[in-house]
Amino acid sequence: MVMLEVKDFGKRFTSHHLNTTRKAVEGISFSLEQGGFIGIVGKSGSGKSTILKSIYRTYLPDEGEIWFDSERFGRIDLLKAEERQVIWLRKHEIGYVSQFLNVMPRTTARELVEQALLGMGESHEAATIKAEQSLRHFDLDERLWDTFPNTFSGGEKLRLNIAIATVKKPRLLLLDEPTASLDYQSKLKVREVIEKLKADGTTLVGIFHDLEFMEGLCDCVYDMNEKALRGMPEVQR
Amino acid sequence: MQRFEERPLLKVENLTKQYGPGCGECSQPGRPGLIKNYCPSCGTVYACSDVSLDVYPGEILGIVGESGSGKSTLMQCLYFDQDVTSGTLTIDDPELAGENLFDVSSQRKRYIRNHKYGMVYQNPVKGLRMDFSSISNIAEKQIAAGGRHVGQMQSAGERLLDVVSIPLFRMKEEPRNFSGGMQQRVQIAKALSNDPPILFLDEVTTGLDLSVQAAVIDLIKQIQRDLGISMIVVSHDLAVIRMLADRTLVMLNGRVIESGLTDQILEDPNHAYTQQLVYSLL
Ligand SMILES: Nc1ncnc2c1ncn2[C@@H]1O[C@H](COP(=O)(O)OP(=O)(O)OP(=O)(O)O)[C@@H](O)[C@H]1O
Ligand SMILES: Nc1ncnc2c1ncn2[C@@H]1O[C@H](COP(=O)(O)OP(=O)(O)OP(=O)(O)O)[C@@H](O)[C@H]1O
Ligand SMILES: [Mg+2]
Ligand SMILES: [Mg+2]
Ligand SMILES: [Zn+2]
Repeated sequence: MVMLEVKDFGKRFTSHHLNTTRKAVEGISFSLEQGGFIGIVGKSGSGKSTILKSIYRTYLPDEGEIWFDSERFGRIDLLKAEERQVIWLRKHEIGYVSQFLNVMPRTTARELVEQALLGMGESHEAATIKAEQSLRHFDLDERLWDTFPNTFSGGEKLRLNIAIATVKKPRLLLLDEPTASLDYQSKLKVREVIEKLKADGTTLVGIFHDLEFMEGLCDCVYDMNEKALRGMPEVQR
Repeated sequence: MQRFEERPLLKVENLTKQYGPGCGECSQPGRPGLIKNYCPSCGTVYACSDVSLDVYPGEILGIVGESGSGKSTLMQCLYFDQDVTSGTLTIDDPELAGENLFDVSSQRKRYIRNHKYGMVYQNPVKGLRMDFSSISNIAEKQIAAGGRHVGQMQSAGERLLDVVSIPLFRMKEEPRNFSGGMQQRVQIAKALSNDPPILFLDEVTTGLDLSVQAAVIDLIKQIQRDLGISMIVVSHDLAVIRMLADRTLVMLNGRVIESGLTDQILEDPNHAYTQQLVYSLL
């Protein structure tokens, strides 16, 4: 079953101040089966993040179609979905993780995960239990659960980010360079986390700097330069 | 594709509020000749022009815009402090169904205020009686909402002051002795004292120092999560809106010039004014 189908997608940005309109990306098409994992590669500025942010509707896409197989709404074009539908999908079906932790200040790691669950209508009791399970699942040190994440290391922030984005068991998870700025050990941890998500059947679209990191994880790669999908290349050693 | 069967709790269509009579010049369609929201020929101010919005159950709708863009006027019209020039307001409530609530009697408006609304004013002087104790300020609203049992009202009032972190030993004190942040928190407690399904918050964090601001924002989030109250939050501070609102409207010269998901407004603003507003922050 196709979970995500991007058809002739394009996005331009208009700056009124500079009086310019620039195409960030155009002619992007690919599709992704349920449980699959596509990695997007391309040089800096080629529009990789623009694609993910448009799927999540942080950017308002202006060309093409992005079909998502929603449990709630059926097949839905994310470009045309109503705002309230997008909010619902973000709470229940689509997660977004970047290297940045963009959360409420003065809220503990545990509370942040619980809030994601409360936001989708879970009871306080269920939220408490599931939040702990998730923090444990992603190996966040128990001593950190009741502290504020602004003091966390990059890897800890990232695992918390992933915990927040995945407790709701999203059908689709978008990963925008989650490993950027992490050391090798932390990257390995993230790899393990992604393996767990794949094993859970989550459909993933990810951007990673280093192809090596994706080896054996991605089913295929979308190359921004060729504007085409290809199999995973052999990594040179 | 399935539609969403969700219905807005509060719906505003084409709300217009002008201060002044208007003249031949400024009554033309599109109101040519205005300077910002002001008619130089007759001095009329068009504080809100054709504002439409929906607030859904349990959501926080953000409104941003520069000083004078009409945000407070909009809130005061919705709260019936000001009569609108034209427009409709409907609330999805069996008691209020199908009526334009801008047109109902003042008695009925008072009923809606007392039973369906909470309001936190930009200026605490408007929302509180500075020479009544905090607990009496709350009692006043409880009584207006039909409260009769003194003991119950007192304990509910104490609980609310506790929720907003006003120490109980200060509840008999008059808010004029309080800091700005404490006054805002008493206003919030008062606004919640009739269990309103709809809450209006006008610049609740403006003028507070940062740590107090954060505490008030936490409190609002907590109220939304635990009580499921729908809110309109007005602020000229995009950081506040970013933390609180799922969806945001941008106002300029009394008009809504852009609306969208809050992160989209902030990261992919489309209107020239919104771009200026967002980029001036970065
Ligand atoms: N919010 C925005 N407003 C204006 N232009 C933008 C915006 N976001 C991206 N762009 C432009 O769109 C183009 C693609 O940017 P994007 O961030 O998608 O690239 P990327 O492939 O993710 O790059 P990197 O690998 O450096 O993260 C760039 O030219 C960028 O300047
Ligand atoms: N009672 C009044 N009589 C005449 N003009 C008024 C009155 N109240 C407000 N105005 C005008 O209406 C316009 C909108 O004012 P309003 O207070 O709604 O703005 P605001 O967006 O809340 O601004 P701020 O961010 O400064 O609080 C302004 O031009 C103001 O001068
Ligand atoms: Mg990028
Ligand atoms: Mg105001
Ligand atoms: Zn005039």
